[in-house]
Formats: sequence, C-alpha cells, structure tokens
Amino acid sequence: MSAGAIKERCRELQNKRWFASAAFVCFFLFMALAPSLLDLFGVSGGGIAQLDMLNKIGISAALALSLNVILGQAGLFHMGHTAFFAVGAYTTAVLSTMYQWPIFSAMPVAGLLAAAIGLAVALPIIHLRGDYLLVVTIGIVEIVRIALMNNIFGITGGANGIYGIARPAIFGFVFNSPKSQFYLIWSFTALTVFIFYLLEHSRFGRALNYIKADDTAAAGCGINVARYKLAAFTLGAFWAGMAGTLYAANIRTIEPTSFNFFESVILFAIVILGGSGSIAGVLLGSFLLIGLQDVFRDFDSARMLVFGLAMMAMMIFRPQGLLPPRRRRYDARKLMGKYACGISRQCGAKYNPYDEDEGSAS
Amino acid sequence: MEEFLQQLTNGLAVGGIYALIALGYTMVYGILRLINFAHGDLFTLGAYFGLTLLISLGLADHLNGLAVGGVLIVMAMGLVAVVGWLLERVAYRPLRDSDRLAAVVSALGASIFFSNAIMLVYGPRSQVYPSGILPSAAFPLFGVEVPVMRFLMFGGSALLMCLLYWFIHKTRVGTAIRAVAIDQDAAKLMGINVNSIIALIFLIGPALGGAAGVMVGLYYGQITYDMGFSFGLKAFTAAILGGIGNIPGAMLGGILLGVIEAMGAAYISIAWKDAIAFAVLILILIFRPTGLLGERVADKV
Repeated sequence: MSAGAIKERCRELQNKRWFASAAFVCFFLFMALAPSLLDLFGVSGGGIAQLDMLNKIGISAALALSLNVILGQAGLFHMGHTAFFAVGAYTTAVLSTMYQWPIFSAMPVAGLLAAAIGLAVALPIIHLRGDYLLVVTIGIVEIVRIALMNNIFGITGGANGIYGIARPAIFGFVFNSPKSQFYLIWSFTALTVFIFYLLEHSRFGRALNYIKADDTAAAGCGINVARYKLAAFTLGAFWAGMAGTLYAANIRTIEPTSFNFFESVILFAIVILGGSGSIAGVLLGSFLLIGLQDVFRDFDSARMLVFGLAMMAMMIFRPQGLLPPRRRRYDARKLMGKYACGISRQCGAKYNPYDEDEGSAS
Repeated sequence: MEEFLQQLTNGLAVGGIYALIALGYTMVYGILRLINFAHGDLFTLGAYFGLTLLISLGLADHLNGLAVGGVLIVMAMGLVAVVGWLLERVAYRPLRDSDRLAAVVSALGASIFFSNAIMLVYGPRSQVYPSGILPSAAFPLFGVEVPVMRFLMFGGSALLMCLLYWFIHKTRVGTAIRAVAIDQDAAKLMGINVNSIIALIFLIGPALGGAAGVMVGLYYGQITYDMGFSFGLKAFTAAILGGIGNIPGAMLGGILLGVIEAMGAAYISIAWKDAIAFAVLILILIFRPTGLLGERVADKV
C-alpha cells in the first residue's frame, strides 16, 4: 500500500463511530497498566514520583474536562474555574476535619455547593459578551481567593489553609498508597470522560455546540440559549467541585495560594491548546501542560516564559488546538429514511455534505 | 475629617495612576475590540525600565527631584512604547482577522511572557526605588497635613491626560484615530492608513502605562514583577466603570475607582481592599454594563 492509501485508510477508520470510544478504552487500559509498567521497568523510588505526577495529571484532566463543557462546548469564555475547584476542595476539607465526614460522602456535597455557587454567580453575568465574561470570571477567582485568605466564616484557616484531611476510604479499604490513589483518581477521570463523551453526543451537547457557533441562530431554532448556558456552567461547576474533593483528599493540605488566578490560566490553556471542545484534546493538553511542568521543574522560571510564547505561537499558527474536535457527521440515509435512498445510490454508500471541507478545521 | 481628607487625596493620587493605565485598555478596545491583557505587564515594564535608568544613569546626582521624575517618566514612556509597538506587530497583527478568542489567548500569553521575562531579569523579589527623589514634605490642606507627593502624582497624571485629550480632539491625527474607532472600513476609504493608526495606538497606550509604572515606583517606592496583574485588572475595571472605548470615561473611572478603593479600605476593611475593585467591576457589569459614559457590552439573549 502506498503512503497515500494508508493515510486514506486511517482517515476512513477515524470516521467510524466506534473509533473514538475504542481509542478512549485503549487509553484507559494502558493507564490501568501504568503502575505495573513503572514497577516492571524498576523506576527508581518505586515510581512514586511518577505516580504522584500522574495523579496530578488525572485531577487536572477531570477538572479541565469540566471546564471544557463550559468553554469548549458552549463557547463561554470562563477563566474562573479554579474558584469552583476551590469551593469543592474547601468544602471537603471542612467536612472532613471539623465534622469527620468520610471523603466519599463529602464529594456530592462539595459538588452541589460548587454548583450552587456557580449558578448564583453565573445568573447575573451569563448574558455578557465574550471577553467581558472572561474578566468577570477572573474577578470571581480573585474574590474567592481573597475570601479564603481572610478566613471567611472562620472556617477556611486563612493563609495557612486546612491540613489533616482524611484519606478516602470505602468498606474499610483506605486509599493510602500513591498506587491506590492513582486508581481512584484515574477511575474518576475515566468516568468523567465517559459521561462527557455521552454528553457531547447528546441533544444537550449539540445544542451547546450550536450556541457556540451562532447563538442567535440557535435561539431562532428554539434553543433557550440562556438556560443552556446556565446549565453548562452549573454542570461544569458541579464537576469541578467533585474534582476538588479528590484534590483535597490527595494532597491533604490545602491553602489559598493553590487556587490563584494563575491556576485558572493553566486550566484555560489546557482546553484551548489541547483543542477546545475535544475530549481527546483536553486529555492531551493535561499531559502536556501539567506533565511537562513537572518534567521541567528545574527550569522553573524560564518554563512560564516558554509557556507564554507557546500560547502566542499556537494562536497564530494553530488556533484550533492540537487535537481539535472532529466535525459531526451523520448518515444521510438514517436521517432522511427512505427518501434518502435516491441520494445514496447516486453518491455511493454514504452522503456526506462536509466532504469538501475534510481536513480543514472548524 | 482628617481621615476622610487623607483617604480622598490618596485615592485621587492612586486613581490618577489607574486612569493612565485604563486609557491604554480603553484606546485599544475602542479601535480593535480587544482586551489587551498584556497592558498591565507593560505598565510593570515601565516601572522596571524607570528603575534601571534611574540607577544606571545616576540622574539623581545631577538634577533636582522633580526634573529627575520628569526625565525618567519621558524615557520610560519611550521605551515601553517601543515594546508595545513590537507586541502589536508580533502577537496581535497576525490575528486581526481571526476570532476574538484567539486574540485574547495571545494577549494572555504575552502577559505571561512579559511578567516572567521581568522576573527572570530582575529576580522574583520586589525591587526598591531609591527614596528621597520626590519631596516628602507635607502640605497643609484645611488644617490637615497631606504629603506633597500625592499632589505631584495627581498633577502628573492630569497633565498627561490633558495632553492626550488635546491630541485626540484637536489634531488631524487625533481625528483620524477617532474615525478609525468609529468605522475602520469607512476610515480606510477616506485615505486613513488604518495599520499605522493601530500602531500609533500601541505606541500611545503603552507609553501612558509606562509613565504610570514610573509613578507607582516613585510613589510606593517598591515594585514587584507581578504587580501588573492587580493594577491591570483594576485599571480595566476603571475603564469599564467609565465606559470602555471612551477616553474621558477612562479618566473619570480611574479616579472614581481610586477614591472608592481608598474609602473602602479605610471605612470597610483593609483586608478586603483588593476585593472591592472586583466587586465594583461585577456590579457595574450587572447593573450598568455601558459604564458611566460608554457603549453597551451585553448582548440580550
């Protein structure tokens, strides 16, 4: 087979409905083997450093995927996601240290509280034009951080934060070792991918994409734009709150500086550089941004310089991100039933209105 | 009364600085509909350029305080203007026709780049401006001793703002700038070189920001590499408060925000000082998104 034919074949394969699901399953199977692989190759220190890094990536990936619903799917410029993450983490910390709640019971509460705050915050600002929304959400992150610093309600511990958060435990099994933490976190990430994949291909996901592309046209088609935007925002905040629980239980000491504006920028960049609206892109972005950050720890200060340059360069040369979402494709015969038979016979097996645009980014 | 007067003059001094920075945001927004996130870092750059010039040229030995301040501000303005012009060429011009998110992300990248470049060159610790350049005497105002420095700050920013106002409203080039802000295509048809007007905006805005940077250095005596973030966000708030895209609005918004913040810190809580500006921002966007004197920013959906 010539190179061109192989490329053609790959493209055909990627267009199959099952391809994305299969790719995700393979990816998570590989991740499940990662701790054993680290053992197998005898990485120094039992691979604990690597596992810690993977844990961090897993939490960031879940968090970035929840941001992706708001920023990537609905196209809302939201740079305050760390605020909801912080609410979730602090809720968990307070429930765990003051009321001895087990982590898994605190998780839904953390999510719900973050969602409630997300909804309350979003209600008045959801109608703002793109970049204004961006600035307001930056303001929200700062207000939350300042509130945590000032020991709001006397429960956040001020600048010192909260320490001594319990380990997650279920039926007497305590997730103590980095390895068990790894399985816990990556199961959550896998669940996140699964749910958001279904969401992307649901009526809800399509409506969000429509709003992103053209909200006036979406409203014209009977989509309640404000309500869908709010729903996306609230859902993203809910998931960020739950990711906050995992974070708090993983590092066990939280302080306001972990939730500053800069962390929000990193999250934003994961989604934008990875491929806004694409789950695979966001996963790749988490590995690149969080993982490389760890690898280049020695060049701590220069690393952010490069990061800034990379953001500029990406926007100029590849604004759609590394792995942009694929165009939605539909089988005309299925959509139009028997009336499409004539079309499909003329054009071959399948009719695809977007064939000319193939390869160009949306 | 004494407390009130002290806070009022302090608020006016800081407000003048906010107004100078806000002008950079509002002018760029007025022409390109772009929030130049890197503007706050250009302001920081001005402060650091000023410090380097002050130390390396040994100005303080030859001239008296006011002249040193003036010369420093003018030189820093020139240098920052060049950086601003370069920024537009490299990071914004290639994105002029792409969607807004791309330009915003590029601006954020530029902001991160500048603040970290400053940190790499000058180190992460705060730098100190030599003290005693500007007179530290106090001036009796209604029987209250108010530092002269505050009057100098406010006077300096007011002078620059008057110059800008004159330039925009009374000169040919200023008329061209206003025309481009209203309608780029029509301006082009009238023979205005839109590209050079945009380049000019990126010379003037950063120059004003650079001047504000030197003034902050002289006023507070201490500068940090990341101060552009909070000053930038507050100046942006000021621009929205006055009505973004509107030059007198930015001046009014800056001064108002400075006073509100000073009063809030004094009478509400000093620990929440930074949150006050953000609260003002959110409230303004909710209740009067056009700002006090400006255009509408919310789409009704």
